[in-house]
Amino acid sequence: MILSVQDVSITYMIGDFREIGLKEFVMRKLTGTYKSERFLAVNDVSFSLDKGDMLGIVGVNGAGKSTLLKVISGVLAPSSGTVIANGKVVALLELASGFDGDLTIRENIYLRGALLGYTRNFVDEKYDEILSFSELEGLEDRPFRNLSTGMMSRLAFSIACFVQPDILILDEVLAVGDGAFQEKSEKRMRGIINSGAVTILVSHSLGQIRELCTKVLWLDHGRQVAFGETEPLCDAYQQFLDEREKPGTAGGTC
Amino acid sequence: MRKIESLKKYKFLLEELTKRDFKKKYKRTVFGMLWSVLSPLLTLFIMRLVFTKFFGSSIAHFTIYLFAGQLVFSYFQESTNTAMMALVNNKDIYAKVKMPKYMFVLSSNASSFFNFMLTLAVFFIFVAVDGIAFSWNFLMLLYPILCLLGFNLGVGLILSAVNLFFRDTQYLYGIFSLLLMYMSAIFYDVSIFSVNMQRLFLANPVYVYIKYFRIVVIDGNIPSLIFNLLALLYPVITIGIGAWLYKKYDQRFMYYV
Repeated sequence: MILSVQDVSITYMIGDFREIGLKEFVMRKLTGTYKSERFLAVNDVSFSLDKGDMLGIVGVNGAGKSTLLKVISGVLAPSSGTVIANGKVVALLELASGFDGDLTIRENIYLRGALLGYTRNFVDEKYDEILSFSELEGLEDRPFRNLSTGMMSRLAFSIACFVQPDILILDEVLAVGDGAFQEKSEKRMRGIINSGAVTILVSHSLGQIRELCTKVLWLDHGRQVAFGETEPLCDAYQQFLDEREKPGTAGGTC
Repeated sequence: MRKIESLKKYKFLLEELTKRDFKKKYKRTVFGMLWSVLSPLLTLFIMRLVFTKFFGSSIAHFTIYLFAGQLVFSYFQESTNTAMMALVNNKDIYAKVKMPKYMFVLSSNASSFFNFMLTLAVFFIFVAVDGIAFSWNFLMLLYPILCLLGFNLGVGLILSAVNLFFRDTQYLYGIFSLLLMYMSAIFYDVSIFSVNMQRLFLANPVYVYIKYFRIVVIDGNIPSLIFNLLALLYPVITIGIGAWLYKKYDQRFMYYV
């Protein structure tokens, strides 16, 4: 068993506390209008994955998918329950986070490599490959902010695609770029997925999940609706989505 | 042991974050670096002009006296102001990457410490020009420098956490540091106050470090044991509180992402 999630619940705090100042905080405390409440973003979720499993997590917005991923990657601690991961967990960063516009491309490659848990030697070794894969040779001393969005995501992918995790976490970042690059990156992604022991994917594309995943976890409002085989669960989820949108009609393609 | 291991594990990341903060600060220009030394010198020049020509000061070695105050205070101010933004500015990163969050405070401090070292070099040039003989006593300055570094880190830890919780901390702190500047006896001598008042000044850590510099450089003495312990007390307290905040609110920081 590579990953075991047992009875995991995650409490999150919502309320006015963000973006208010000390002055405002004291005022609201005094007048009794300060509101902050705890809510269960993830409520009693349990599942376990073995070597070779690829889990797809589905659920509408606010189902707690990203919060659960945060706990699995270790950024957030569960409020109750346990997560046991046997091996190195790597969560692929969102395309923009961790990059700095003022730094050059070269400097950003190193910074982001460090954020992904690479060693300096590893980045040194892969540097040329990263640059050529992203098709940005010759631009390495340009400030990052001068790049187009397409170039940025190509660079992000090229740095990230050297991860060697046991447990890979993907939050909607499968393939990027246009035509040729998308094909190249998809191939690379499959390589990583196949080399890792376990992959967890959050995606809104049911087609992608049907194609790639061996197991599916369905969350709704933080609760675990079901965990199991891909096909029956995807069918059920699809039906749930259709009923939500157009009550009375079932079926459809994905 | 576990702490040391984790620091080793994150060494590469800490180095890269430090480089990032350093480069952003100086915008990779020679003038950027020059300016950060020039700016305290210009302040010094203005203060010197105001307090000798307009008010008239009878303090011996007044330029060095002022410079010692300005040197310590500007390092404290710059370091804490930068560190205050450490968590707020790096939310995107710590929301996704598992790492000790205090690393952002460490990395943000590197450039202000470097600045301080540059200004310190200029300070010693001024000391030589002013005709003060160098002595082995000067080596004692390493001690208040380390204490000041620790104190700044501690205050940085506290401020960065508080500023994440309450976004107006930066404005309140701006006012506070102005007050602190006037209370640090940068351009006046505390002997104009009563003995009890003078003791009260010692409750201001910045003043303690300024005084330490003056005792060693201008008076040519080594401060008493009690004074040395006091210099050590402030970093211990602030780092203690900072570490406690970071430990206690580690999860709460995530709610502000």
